[in-house]
Amino acid sequence: MTEPGAPLAPAARRRMVVAETSVPMLARGVRLRFDDSRQRWVLLVPERVIAPDEIAVEILQLCDGQRSVATMIDQLAIAYAAPREEIAADVVAMMQDLAHSGFLIQAKETNP
Amino acid sequence: MSPTLTDTSPVFADPNDGVAIMESRGASVAETYGIPLAVLLELTHRCPLQCGYCSNPVEMERSSNELTTVEWKRVLTELAEIGVLQVHFSGGEPSVRKDLVELIQHATDVGLYSNLITSAVLLTRDRLTAMADAGLCHIQISFQGNEPELANRVAGFKGHSKKLEVAGWARELGLPLTVNAVMHRQNLHQLPGIIDMAVSLDADRIEVANVQYYGWALKNRAALMPTLQQIEEMTATVEAAQARLHGILDIDFVVPDYYALRPKKCMGGWGRQFFNITPSGKILPCHAAETITGLEFDSVRSNHSIAWIWQNSEALNLYRGTGWMPEPCKGCAFKEQDFGGCRCQAFALTGNAGNTDPACSFSPRHEEIFKTAEQEAATGTNRYIYRNFAGGTLEPEPVDGL
Repeated sequence: MTEPGAPLAPAARRRMVVAETSVPMLARGVRLRFDDSRQRWVLLVPERVIAPDEIAVEILQLCDGQRSVATMIDQLAIAYAAPREEIAADVVAMMQDLAHSGFLIQAKETNP
Repeated sequence: MSPTLTDTSPVFADPNDGVAIMESRGASVAETYGIPLAVLLELTHRCPLQCGYCSNPVEMERSSNELTTVEWKRVLTELAEIGVLQVHFSGGEPSVRKDLVELIQHATDVGLYSNLITSAVLLTRDRLTAMADAGLCHIQISFQGNEPELANRVAGFKGHSKKLEVAGWARELGLPLTVNAVMHRQNLHQLPGIIDMAVSLDADRIEVANVQYYGWALKNRAALMPTLQQIEEMTATVEAAQARLHGILDIDFVVPDYYALRPKKCMGGWGRQFFNITPSGKILPCHAAETITGLEFDSVRSNHSIAWIWQNSEALNLYRGTGWMPEPCKGCAFKEQDFGGCRCQAFALTGNAGNTDPACSFSPRHEEIFKTAEQEAATGTNRYIYRNFAGGTLEPEPVDGL
C-alpha cells in the first residue's frame, strides 16, 4: 500500500491489508449499534455515522477478533447459498474500505 | 450479495437518506425534519487561543451564563432519548470546563458517541487518560501551522509544541486522532508540511478547512483571504495527497467559497440535519447563526423540550426548505441541491440573511464579492485582530521574518 519514497507513516504499519488469513476487529472509537429511534443498525466512527446494509451488518458482527476472514466467507457462502469466490471478493472489498480508514484492524495473524 | 456502507455523515450527506422523520407534535409551519444524528455542544466560549479566524460570535458568552454541569447532563440525557447518536464537545476550548470528564462520562452512560474538538493546550496526560477512561471515542486537535513560530503567532498563544505532545498521548491511549488545520493566506504555504505532520503524528484523518468568514473571521477577512493562485495550489496539493496517502490518512477538504461558482450546501441546509447548543443553551442551526442579528433562538433553559424546539423554533423554521426563497433561488434548478448557500454569509455580505448567498454566481452581488476577495488577498493587512472578550486586540507590528 505504501510506495517506495512515501513518508514514514506510522498508520501504514497498523493498517490492515485484508486477506483471508486476517482476523479483523472493530478499532477503538468504532461502534456498531442498533439505533432504536430509526430502527436500523449504524456504525459510529469519528464525526460520522455510517449506515451498513443488512449483509454489511452481518459481516461486521462477525468481526470479533477471533474469526478469520476465511471462516466468515465460508459461513456467508452457506447462509446465502452463493459461490464462495463472489462472496469472498465482496467481503474483502468492504473490509478493505473500512481498514483503509482505520475502522477495522487486525486482531492477530493466523498461521498460514 | 454485495454489502454496502452508506455515509450518512450529518453535514455532507444527502438529507433524503432515509433517516426516519420524527412525528410532528403541534402545528409547525414547516415540514418536519428528523432529529439530527449528531449535535455540536459548545460548552464555553472561553479559550486560551486568540485565533483571528474563530467562528464564534464577536459578542461571546460570559462564563456566568454557561449551562451548569447539571444542565448539560440533562441535555445529554435528552439528546440520547430523542435519537441523537453523536455529540461533539467543542467551544471555545471545552477543556476549560472543569466538569469535562464528568460530562464525557455522562455521554457514555446514556449511550452517546463522544468527540472532543480541542486546541489541546490545556490538557495533561492524566486528564486525557481520564477522558479516555470515561469513554471518549475520538479526539480532534487543531493546528495553526506545522512550524511553531507561525503557528503560535496565528493562535496568539505559544501552544504548538504542547499540541504535538498531546497528539502523541492520544495515540498512546489508542484514541482515534483527527488533525484539524484551518487554512488561510498566511499559512497556506505550510499545507504540505501540515499534511506530513499529520502523517508522522499517526493521525487517522486530517480536516483541511478553509476559513469561513463569519464572526471573528469576518473581522479579520483582509488578513486571512487567500489569493486565487493559493487556492489552485491548495486544491492540487490536497488531491495529490489524497491519492498518495490513500489507506494511510483520510483527508477531508472544506473548499473556500468566495472564489467558487456554486455556493456550499451550508450545514446540509438550514435546520435540516444539524444543530448546535451554545454555552448558554441556545439551539442554533449552525455555530455561526448568532452572527445574524434579529433572530430569536430558543434555549434548553426554556420550558420546551429539545425535540419541540427542533420542530417549532421560529428561527429554525424561517429558512427551512425552499418556500422562503426569493429570486434567483426561487426558480433555480439547484435550489434543492444547495438551498441557496449559507444564510450567515448572505447576512454578512448583503445585510439580509434571506438573500441568495453571494458565493453563488447567480447572485447579483457575486462579481463584487469575488473582486473584494481578490483585492483583500493582494493588499490586505497581515496583522490579526486577536479574539478575546475585550472585543479584539490588534496584533503588534509584525516581527521580521514572519
